Amino acid sequence: MPDFKKKSSVGESIPTGSMADIAFLLLIFFMVTTVFVRFRVTGIILPRAEKIEELKKRRLISYLWVSADRKIYIDDKVAQLDQVANVFYDRRVKEPRTIISLKCDFRAPYGLISNVLEELRRADTLRINFATDKER
Amino acid sequence: MHLNRREKADPEIPTSSMADIAFLLIVFFLVTTTMNQDKGIGMQLPPAGESKKIQKKNICNIWINQAGAILINLEEEVPLAQLRGNIEARIAANDKVIISLKADAETSYESFISVLDKVKLAGADKISLASPE
Repeated sequence: MPDFKKKSSVGESIPTGSMADIAFLLLIFFMVTTVFVRFRVTGIILPRAEKIEELKKRRLISYLWVSADRKIYIDDKVAQLDQVANVFYDRRVKEPRTIISLKCDFRAPYGLISNVLEELRRADTLRINFATDKER
Repeated sequence: MHLNRREKADPEIPTSSMADIAFLLIVFFLVTTTMNQDKGIGMQLPPAGESKKIQKKNICNIWINQAGAILINLEEEVPLAQLRGNIEARIAANDKVIISLKADAETSYESFISVLDKVKLAGADKISLASPE
């Protein structure tokens, strides 16, 4: 009579020992890639355009807002037109590759934006980007 | 006298809830992460005080009035929808053409951007922004 041995059953449990490692790996990924919104000026609605490009290097970007009620904001603070050149000249000296992202409300008058551009030319910050939303 | 030997406490740190903590933090970062990039129409401004003389045949003036109406070379009124085709034809006829945008001081930024967008879509790479009078 042959000796029939009972086959050992295969374990059915999912190994969870490395779950913490996977979770921490994901956590590190999100911690590295997360960018918190630094400045937020409320009430500004950007115009829409089709031919837009994305700005890759965020650390090179400085923001300037122009609201519909003709106010200029630099990094969340209200600024006067004659302060624009000084502020951005200092930044241009620190980082020559600075790009100015102009976040202007679609109702803002072009005359004011043209004056802002003249101030930026005076500050020698010549790389600009007219911030827009993607046309739907 | 009956002395019982005291049991030693196990000095192990409990790690069973580590995964829960990590997943909780992941959910936090997932919720707060913003993937939206800064985007817009890029331009390179000319240095201050720089002016060049350009032959009249190589310049195309686009005027935008307060109401957003577009006038090319002070003679031809063009609807926004036809602007791209018009500029493409001008570039095809003369590849040295410089598009000069001139808007009224009270023109809305939206009108200016929509014209600039069409000019860029038409493939113009030489664009000049004139100051309003």
